[in-house]
Order: sequence, then C-alpha cells, then structure tokens
Amino acid sequence: MRIGIVCPYTWDVPGGVQAHIRDLAEALIADGHQVEVIAPAADDAPLPSYVTPAGRAVPVPYNGSVARLAFGFLSAGRVRRWIREGRFDVLHVHEPFVPSLGVLACWAAKGPIVATFHASYQRSRALSVSAPVLQTAVEKITGRIAVSDAARTTLVEHMGGDAVLIPNGVTVSRYAEAEPLPGWDEGEVIGFLGRMDEPRKGLPVLLEAFALLAPVRPGLRLLIAGPGDAAEVLEKVPAEFRDRVGLLGMVSEEDKVRAYHTVDVFCAPNLGGESFGIVLTEAMSAGAAILASDIPAFRRVLDEGQAGALFETGDAASLAREAAALLDDPARRAKLSDEARTAVWKYDWSTVARDVVRVYETVASASGVEEDDRS
Amino acid sequence: MTTTLILVVGALVVLTAVYVSWRAGRLDRLHIRLELAREALDAALVRRAAVCLELAASRILDPATSLVLAAGAHEARTAAGPEERERAESDLSRTLRAVLDQDRFREKLAETPAGPELLEELDAAVAKVVYARRFYNNAVGVTRAAQRRWLARTLRLAGHTEYPDFFEIDDDPPYALAAE
Repeated sequence: MRIGIVCPYTWDVPGGVQAHIRDLAEALIADGHQVEVIAPAADDAPLPSYVTPAGRAVPVPYNGSVARLAFGFLSAGRVRRWIREGRFDVLHVHEPFVPSLGVLACWAAKGPIVATFHASYQRSRALSVSAPVLQTAVEKITGRIAVSDAARTTLVEHMGGDAVLIPNGVTVSRYAEAEPLPGWDEGEVIGFLGRMDEPRKGLPVLLEAFALLAPVRPGLRLLIAGPGDAAEVLEKVPAEFRDRVGLLGMVSEEDKVRAYHTVDVFCAPNLGGESFGIVLTEAMSAGAAILASDIPAFRRVLDEGQAGALFETGDAASLAREAAALLDDPARRAKLSDEARTAVWKYDWSTVARDVVRVYETVASASGVEEDDRS
Repeated sequence: MTTTLILVVGALVVLTAVYVSWRAGRLDRLHIRLELAREALDAALVRRAAVCLELAASRILDPATSLVLAAGAHEARTAAGPEERERAESDLSRTLRAVLDQDRFREKLAETPAGPELLEELDAAVAKVVYARRFYNNAVGVTRAAQRRWLARTLRLAGHTEYPDFFEIDDDPPYALAAE
C-alpha cells in the first residue's frame, strides 16, 4: 500500500509521538509498504529519506503549555502538494486535534483517512473551544485508533464516537543485546526501573522486601534506575544495607538497555493503574528474568506467569519469598528468560504494524486519497 | 432607499443559499462516508464467514467442531433482516470463541500444513470486523447528529436517505486471537 503519515510535532525533537511514527513507518517499510511522512522540520534538517519537511515549527502556547507547531500558508501549501503528489491509498494523521499539520492534512484531503490519538487529558479548554472548527476534520476521519485506554476515554468524552485500541509497540531487537553495566557483576542483583517517587510504581514494596532479604542474603544488591529523590528512597532502607543499594537516577536509553542485561531478577512491583506494561515488554525483550506484581495488565503480558514470575500485589513478604526462590534457581530464571523473549513478540512493532495495516485495509477504497478542492 | 433594501435582501438571500448549500454538501459528504463504512462492514462480515467456512471445510478440525462453525457461518450469511443479522453475527462470534478457546486449539492447528495460514486469515478477519463496526458506528453517530439539526429536517436536506441505525453485535475476539 501507499501510505502517507502526518506528524504534528517537529521531527528532530525527541518525543513520544515522533518515536511512534518513526517505529511504525520503519515497520511498515520492512513489511513492503511504501511510506511517506510529512513533519514540521527545517529544510536543511537531517531527515530519513521517507520524511518530507513542511517548514519550521514555531513555539506557541497551546492547551496550557508551549508546543512547537507548524501552521500557516506555507505549511498548508506544502501539505496540500504532498497529498496531491503522494497518491496515497490511505492517509494516516496523528493527533488531528493539535493545530498543526494533522488538521491541515484533514482539510486538504478526502478519501480514506485514519487518525491516531495519543494524548489524554482530564479536560481541555482548547478542545472545547475549538470543537466546531475541528468538526469538518473530525467528520472526514474514517478510522480512529487510540494508543491507550486513557486516550480513548479522552476522545469519547470530548468528541463522542469511539476508537479501536492499538497500543504502542516495542522494538524488540533494540533491547536484545547489550553489555552489562560495569561494577555489578558480583553477587545477586535485583533491578527496578521507573519513577522512584510515584507510589503506583510500587518501589516502597520492593524496598521493604529488600530489607527482609538483605540480612539473609549478604551478596544481594538493589539496582534502581529512574528519576526521583535519592535521599527519600535511602531513608526507607535500614542504615546497614544502604551501601548495597545503587541509585543510577535518570539513565540514557543505552544505559537502560544495559541495566536490563545487568540484573539477575527484574522487579516490577506496580500497585496498579498500568494499562500496558511498556517497561515490562522492554525487560522481556532483553530476556530478563522478571518478577512482577499480579495486577491484571502484568498477568496478561506475562502469560499468567509463564513468561515471568508473579507475586501478590503490594505484599512485600510475597515479593521477598518469590525473589529468593528465583535467585536460588538459575534454571528457572533461564527458562523464564526464554519464555519472555518469545512471548514479547506479540508486542513487537511488526505485530502492531500488522494491526494498523488491518485498519488501513478496512477503510481503503478504490479511489484512494485525493485532494479536496472544496475546502 | 429601495435600492439599498433590495441589495440587503439580495445579499441575505445569497448568503442563506450559500449556507444551505454548504450544509447540504456536508450532509452529502457524511452520507458518502456512511455508505463506504457500511460497505466495509459488510465486506468484513462476509469475509469472516467465508474464512469460517473455509476452516470448517479444511478437514483439519474434528467433524463436530466443523459442523458448529459451518452452521454459524451459514446462519450469518443467510440472515434476512438487520436484526436477524445482528443476532446471527453475534452468534458466530460466540461460536468462534467456543471453538478457538478450546484447550491448545491454536497450537494443534498451527501444526497442520494449512493451519498457520488459516489462523492468520481468521485472525485478520475477526480483527477487521471489530474495526469496521467501530468505524461504521462512528459514521452513523455523526450522520445522525447532522440529520437531526433543524435546518436539515426543515429543508429535508437528507433527501430520501433514511435515518441510519447503529450495528450492535457481540464481536469480542476469541482469547486465542487477542493481541493484548
């Protein structure tokens, strides 16, 4: 298929939506589709061959924060020409309610248009004010995708109608191989990754379990990566064990992958609220032996315990017991690791792209995407 | 004085005409979109029944399972009215769940030569029914809202197009096919 993807945010500024579009486009290209992306970017910016620049984005205050958006005659003209010359079978617009290229593309095109909604918010002043302006764009969208339950709820509440849920993928190959971090090769290591100060991530449960395990397992250490207040975390650990807790703080993407390969057991003690365990799928891609709380989302991702051990959510004693069992049984850890590497393929971008292609095929028509000269 | 009046009235008439024609054009666009969505939904349902029949006829399954599947697909294909069809398609979804969620069904099917391809096709067909129905119901929603507006009602902008109905069925996929 010939697919045109519209990115609302500046290509070379890192962000969730841009990363999503890059991974999707590359998975689609690998699958044999012809993909073009249009994104705000300066003409001289270094871009992959499939990206067309639509002009520089300008920072404007929108919906309570400053966003870098592209609009105006120049961008509108370029989007229109890109649609006319692209002869796409399907146009795929991301965040069509952000006043940037997405809205312009909906304006300039007719035919099969798919939209993906990423953001979720409680209440959007901008959206309620601009709803009538967006009406035309909304009505042209033939298929809607939400990347999370929260995004879907936002859409239903603000705009009505429904969307199909296709969550973000993980690029399994990016996590598969890495050198372990230096200085952690001795003894036993349990790892945690995520915000330290967000209670729902469940770090206090792990710290409590560590306090139970540390006296009986002198070689045990804790590796914690993620933003938050280090002193606050150490306070919860008995003084004599503090030197066995390593706090890496915010880590780079590369070090994150290395951390997954460093630990003997990767622990996800979340208390709930996680609709999709993205951290879990990353750890699975790296082949870590996982010990996770048994919240429904994790049970599902870990195949009911086949691809990772589970413990009772919020129960430090249960965590400690399961962690000790895992640390004492290298054969079981190896088996969990293998199972995880297999099970995670369901969440690879290639699988996600396959679902997105099914959406394309559902909305595709014989005439394809055309320029709308009525607007 | 009279000239001014004529001009003002004339301008008003032109503006009203432009507005009405714009609303009519919009409604027309919505009707086209609804029609396309209806065709896509129909195609997805027909496709799902066809794959079910193919699976039933493949001699991979035991005869009882084949029969249940073939009967469900046949019911769905021959349902007469819209309500009848909603019921039959829901029944086919339930049949599919009962068949595919048998213990180790997927693994056993994957071991046969034609199995993996059939599974893949069924997987796609089931997902597309879910997608097509959501998109169709969205189109019904906006079209209904537009038809209900007083201008559209008074001037009968919708013409002979009937007030569209949502398509409500149970289309939950079998656990064995669910990606999440």
